[in-house]
This record gives sequence, structure tokens and C-alpha cells, in this order.
Amino acid sequence: MAGPELTGAPLPESRLTRWRSIVSDWAADQRTFKHVSWGKSMMWIFLLSDTFIFSCFLLSYMTVRMSTTVPWPNPSEVFALHLFGQNIPLILIAIMTFVLITSSGTMAMAVNFAYRRNRRKTAILMLVTALLGAAFVGMQAYEWTKLIEEGVRPWKNPWGAPQFGSTFFMVTGFHGTHVTFGVIFLLIVARKVWRGDFDTGRRGFFTSRSGNYEIVEITGLYWHFVDLVWVLIFAFFYLW
Amino acid sequence: MVDTAIGREPIAPAEAGEVELYHPHSWITKYVFSQDAKIIAIQYSLTAMAIGLVALVLSWLTRWQLAFPGTLSFIDPSQYLQYITMHGMIMVVYLLTALFLGGFGNYLIPLMVGARDMAFPYLNMLSYWTYLLAVLVLVASFFVPGGPTGAGWTLYPPQSILPGTPGYEWGIILMLASLIIFIIGFTMGGLNYVVTVLQGRARGMTLMRMPLTIWGIFTATVLALLAFPALFVGAVMMLFDRVLGTSFFMPSLVSMGEQLQYGGGSPILFQHLFWFFGHPEVYIVALPAFGIVSDLISTHARRNIFGYRMMVWAIVAIGVLSFVVWAHHMYVSGMNPWFGFFFATTTLIIAIPTAIKVYNWVLTLWHGDIHLTIPMLFALAFIVTFVNGGLTGLFLGNVVVDVPLSDTMFVVAHFHMVMGVAPIFVIFGALYHWYPKVTGRMLNEWLGQLHFWVTFIGAYAIFFPMHYLGLLGMPRRYHEIGQTSFVPESAQNLNVFITIAALTVGAVQLVFLFNLFWSLRYGRASGGNPWRATTLEWQTPETPPPHGNWGKELPVVYRWAYDYNVPGAKEDFLPQNQPPDWGTG
Ligand code: HEM
Ligand SMILES: [Cu+2]
Repeated sequence: MAGPELTGAPLPESRLTRWRSIVSDWAADQRTFKHVSWGKSMMWIFLLSDTFIFSCFLLSYMTVRMSTTVPWPNPSEVFALHLFGQNIPLILIAIMTFVLITSSGTMAMAVNFAYRRNRRKTAILMLVTALLGAAFVGMQAYEWTKLIEEGVRPWKNPWGAPQFGSTFFMVTGFHGTHVTFGVIFLLIVARKVWRGDFDTGRRGFFTSRSGNYEIVEITGLYWHFVDLVWVLIFAFFYLW
Repeated sequence: MVDTAIGREPIAPAEAGEVELYHPHSWITKYVFSQDAKIIAIQYSLTAMAIGLVALVLSWLTRWQLAFPGTLSFIDPSQYLQYITMHGMIMVVYLLTALFLGGFGNYLIPLMVGARDMAFPYLNMLSYWTYLLAVLVLVASFFVPGGPTGAGWTLYPPQSILPGTPGYEWGIILMLASLIIFIIGFTMGGLNYVVTVLQGRARGMTLMRMPLTIWGIFTATVLALLAFPALFVGAVMMLFDRVLGTSFFMPSLVSMGEQLQYGGGSPILFQHLFWFFGHPEVYIVALPAFGIVSDLISTHARRNIFGYRMMVWAIVAIGVLSFVVWAHHMYVSGMNPWFGFFFATTTLIIAIPTAIKVYNWVLTLWHGDIHLTIPMLFALAFIVTFVNGGLTGLFLGNVVVDVPLSDTMFVVAHFHMVMGVAPIFVIFGALYHWYPKVTGRMLNEWLGQLHFWVTFIGAYAIFFPMHYLGLLGMPRRYHEIGQTSFVPESAQNLNVFITIAALTVGAVQLVFLFNLFWSLRYGRASGGNPWRATTLEWQTPETPPPHGNWGKELPVVYRWAYDYNVPGAKEDFLPQNQPPDWGTG
């Protein structure tokens, strides 16, 4: 197949050749994404798949919210807290969101210190992240308890469409599970960092391969993703 | 036209060091809780075939009922529905998906891309055990009160979780739970397959030198990772509807004279979720089949695959398009006519890359030196059957044609041709082809011929007349047709004929199973490369390949997978790891 390379004509930087070079870069030897480890590429692909799960959940929520004929409860009343003698709408959720976003910050710092092989600071920052995550789950548990006491159930609630409770518990529950797993993951990795596993090349139980500090970054990827999803859930459940 | 550019790129130095392998020490970690992809592949395959046998037996029972209504007294209408539901679900998910991706994927990916193992062996092992759990939960549903669900493999709500549908007590719960477990298990394996293909190849193995088998399995895995989430979400929500009494999919309705507690949900939502998974699922089983068939044809016709790059792009294009056609399964559910138009158009567009593939197979065969080995016979059978099913697909893709044919035997005939029989042919072909690598012995040729001809002719005897029954208007999922004015008496004779064919085909599968076990002991020793094939798995130092696959040195790849009958070469094939100075320069 004689391409332009063989005919000697000058190569126009056409869009086609640019596409070709992208393709041949990607198709290159051994690794498609150079300098990306197996662990990290796995996490990215997993997150892509997980994105589809959350998208399906959120789209389903929107569909049932639109298909039901019963009025939807008003979020700024439902999610208000009675503090200092007045009802403050969305206050708890604002704190929860703040906590989770802060935890993304501490996570990013932990990754930074991990690459400098600063074991102490990395481990402490990861523990702080885990703590913030646990605080988030705790506040969510409080929110659930409060709603349940007010009579919200997956199949009914006092204010309107029963799908309110169903979607709320399902989606925040699924997200909360993600946060909980993240916290566990953070604790395990923080312990390994603390112990210096990644300096001595000790073999992990799960992978039977010796890990390195990159695992901190991979944990971070997951954590930021869970954060991002929360922002979407927040927008769709509390602000709509 | 030999695309020589593919074979002639210089080899880059190694980019990554060798990985450490996990070395098992006891019999249990070697053969039971094994982390070796080859053992996991065998475990996946055997489990899938075992549960597939159940699905096969169920199809005999349904066929028996259709031909000789009432002669088996235990098949009442509920039982009938339960049989077809379990038959359909097992065949599609637990047999085909698991066998192609968990079975062939695990065995072939590391070997064909020149890796020592999958990227994450431990996760890979968990994947199998989770799959086994899913299968056991599914099997358990045969033994619970009320039996397995009879909602049809599509599980459409609201009827699937309401009294009146068999298995609504426990069967549906176990079915949904089993699907959820399956998806979790599959995801663990799927991440492995994708990462290994993308990031774990041998030196010189560029993506554009990979055998099409790997392209097919890889693309199918990506589809699965993006399509199964929809089923997962649908299953979770339906489980809540059934167990907690939520109303995601349940409108307010009256059942058996009683107003139910449900209200306000959207049954159509489930259909969207289901088919957003369901249509890509067709390609999850079809793409590996496409890939494998390309390699079978090329090897057994001693000729390079025609238009390799086009084949790769066609696989990718089909994969992408398969996500935008799902609502062609919902023409009769009622939708905006413009949507119908959109989905009909996208459906027909898929025919283009698919047709390209078929042309390329035929052109590969055109000047080929066709050896009618059993894998080749099955590959040819696949092409014929797939074209057949694809053509009826074009009919059903059009809204106006689909509406009258929907829910008739025509649809049953169509999807059995295209995603039932055709991929099964490829599985058989692939088993005959790779069995020597797995065991070191050939499958018995004579039994193979018997198996092939009875299965091939039998499959047509079963499913060809079904098109006609469908055109007559014979509905699907009916326990008994009884006296209907539009179905003539003679249709019954056809039904008897089909059933006899089905039982014959079923019986010959037992011969195949026998062959699998018999040849393990008594088969002819095959040597390492009995088909004189080019791809890496045939170049392993030992057969069956040992733990770690390659002995001391990883292979280095110098050429694409299709150097058959290269002019000037000493042999009629050049293995992928054959340096360029050998034979042809
Ligand atoms: C010898 C082989 C087979 C025979 C004789 C057979 C026969 C049947 C019969 C009689 C039905 C029910 C028709 C009705 O009353 O609606 C059916 C349904 C079905 N079969 Fe098969 N089948 C075979 C293989 C397969 C394979 C390999 C697949 C894999 C894709 C498959 C997938 C299905 C599905 C998805 C359904 C629909 C179930 C439902 O309506 O919910 N079958 N088959
Ligand atoms: Cu479809």
C-alpha cells in the first residue's frame, strides 16, 4: 500500500495523518499508555465502569421523578435542620459536602508527600482523609436517622411521591458504601505506608506483588472520583 | 494484498521489566484456588459448560411440550415459562458470556499477547469464584418454593415480580441476586483482560499486530464493562421493588382484583436499562466469535486475513454502534416515532461494518488453501448462519416489519441464528482448534465430523422452519397453541419435526462431551503446533504451557499474526516471534 511516504510528495499535515499518528501512538509496542502502571490503568477503567453505574442510577432517579404524578417533596424543607431556633435549609448537607471536598485536598497532599517518600506525613494525611470520610458517613447516618424518624421509608414518606425515599436511600446509600470502602482502603494503605512496606518492597497479600508508593495515588484517584460523584448527587438531589 | 507495513516495523527495546509471578506451593493453590489464568480458564469453561447442559436439557423439555403437548404431565404452563426463562438466561449470560470472556479470554489473552499471566492474578481468581457463586445461586432457584422465575429472560416488570408469574416468590429474587453477583465477578475478570491487553503485551506486539481473536475479546470486554452497569442498576432496583416494596418500575395497578401498594414507577425505565445492556450483550458474544473465526479461517485456509486493519476498525465500530441501537427491542413498547426512526437507522448502519467483516472472510477464503478440518467446518458454518441471522435482523430492525413479527417464532428463529447457534459454532470450532494446546492431544476426528454435520444440519432443521411458523403468527413463549384460526393444523407437523431435530442435535452434544473426556486419555498426541499456526500461543516451549507460559525468555514479536504462505519463506507460515532474517527478509 503506497502511502504518501513512498511517493516522495511533501506530507501535508492533514487531519488524517494526525489521526494516523494518534492511532499508531496508541497502538504502540507493549503498552498503550506509556508510563501508566497496571494498577493505575485498572483503576481508571474501573472508574469508567463505575461512572456508568452512577449515571444509570441518576438517570433512573430523574426518570421516576418525572414519571410519578404525585408531587415531589420540597428538598429545602426536607433537608433543613432546626438549629438555634430556626430552620436552616441544606445546612447539614453543606457541611457534609465541605468535609468531603476538604478530604480531597488532604488526599492530594498525601499523594504529594508519598512521592517524596515522606512516610510520616503521607500516613498522617491519609488518616486525616479517612477521618473526614468517616465523618461524612457519620453525618449521612445521622441524616438517614433523622429522615427515618420523620417517617421516610423506601416505599413511602409523609410529603409526597414515594420515589423520593426510594431513590434517596438507594443512591446516597450506594455512594455512602463507596465512601466506606474508600475509608477502609485508605486505612489499609496508610498502615502499609507507616510500616514502610513500600520502601522494603514487601509483597502485598492481595496482589502478591510488591507494591510501591503509587498505590497512594491510585487510592487518591478513587477518592476524588467518589467526591466528584457526590457533587453530582448533591446537585441532583438537594438543589433540584 | 499483503499489508507488509504491519510486519516490518523495528522492534523497540523492552519498556518494562519482568513481573514477579506468584508461585503456588500446594496442590490446592495450584489447581483449585489457582491464580494461573490457564487454570482459571479451564474452571470457567467447565462451569459454563455444566450449566449450559442444564439449559440444553431445558430446551429439550420446551421443545417436547411444543411438539407433543400434554404428554409430559409435569410441564404445566408455569413450568414451561420457567424452562424458557432459565434456558434463555443461562445460555446468554452464564454460558456464552462466561465461556467467551472467562474461558477463552483467560486462556488466550496472556498466551496470544505474550504475557506470563493476567495483570492481576488474585483478582482473576476471585472473579471465577464469584462467578461460581452466581451460578450456584441461580441453580438454587430450581429448589426453592415456587421454583425459578418464569418471567422470560427479559424479566420485564411489572409482571415479573407479581403473583401470577411463576417463581415470583423466590425465583425472581435469586435470579436478580445471581445477576448482581455475576456482574461483580465479571468486572473483576474484565478489568484484568482489558489491562493485560492494553498494558501487558510482549515486545513487538503492537495493537495492530494482535490476532483478531484478542481484538474481539478485548472489545467485547470493554462493551461488557460499560453495558453490565445498566443491568446491575436495573437488577438492584427491581430487587428493591420486590423485597422492600419500592416502586421504581411499578405503576399503580390492580392485580387479581386487588389494588396494590405500588404506584408511580416506570416499567419502560426497566426496558431501557435492560436493553442498554441487552443489545451490547449480543455483541459481547458476537465480537469474540468474529475474532476467533477470523483466526480459524486464516489458519485453516493458510492465508493472511483479508483487510486486517479494516477488520479491526469494523470490530471497534460495531462495538461503539452497539450502544446506540438498544430501543429496537422496544418498538412495540410505544415510543415517539422519531425515536423509532433513529433506532431503526442506527440498527441498519451496524450492518455496514458487519457486512465488511463477512466480505473479508469470504475474500480470505477466496484464494485460500482450504483445509476442511473441523475448526474450519465450524467457521464456515458460522459465516453461513451469521449471514442468515443478520438478514432477518435487517427485517426486524425496521419498525413496520417488526411490529407484526414481534413476539412470534420469527424472532426466536432470528436470535437463535444470530446469537445462539452462530456463536456456539465458533465455540465448538475454537474448542477443536485449541484443545490440543490445552491438553496436548487432538480431539477425535471421526467423532468431530459426526458432531459437526449433525449439529450443522440439525440447527438448520430446528431454526429454519421456525421463521415460517413465525410468519404464520405462532407466538413465542406459549405453552400450547391449541385451537387458533390462523395457525393451520399442519404447523403441528412442523413442530414435531423441529423437536425431533432438536433432540438429535442435543444427543450429539453428548457425543461431543464424550469426545472431550475420551481424547484427554486416548487422543492422538498433538505436539506443540499441530495446525502450523503463527500466533504466539502455539510457540510456547512446552505444551500444555507451564506456569508462566514462556520458560526463561519472553517472546519477542516481529510480525503480524497472519504470515501464511509468504512468498519466498521456507515454510508456509511464519510464527509471530520469527525474526525477519529467517525465510523472507
Ligand atoms: C439446541 C439448541 C437450542 C434449542 C433447541 C432452543 C430452543 C428454544 C426454545 C424452544 C425456546 C422457547 C420458545 C418460546 O416458546 O418462546 C427458546 C428460547 C430462547 N433461547 Fe433457545 N434453544 C437452543 C439454544 C439456544 C442458545 C445457544 C441460546 C443462546 C443465545 C439460546 C437463547 C434463547 C433465548 C434468549 C430464548 C428466549 C427465552 C425467553 O423467551 O425468555 N437458545 N430456545
Ligand atoms: Cu438488539
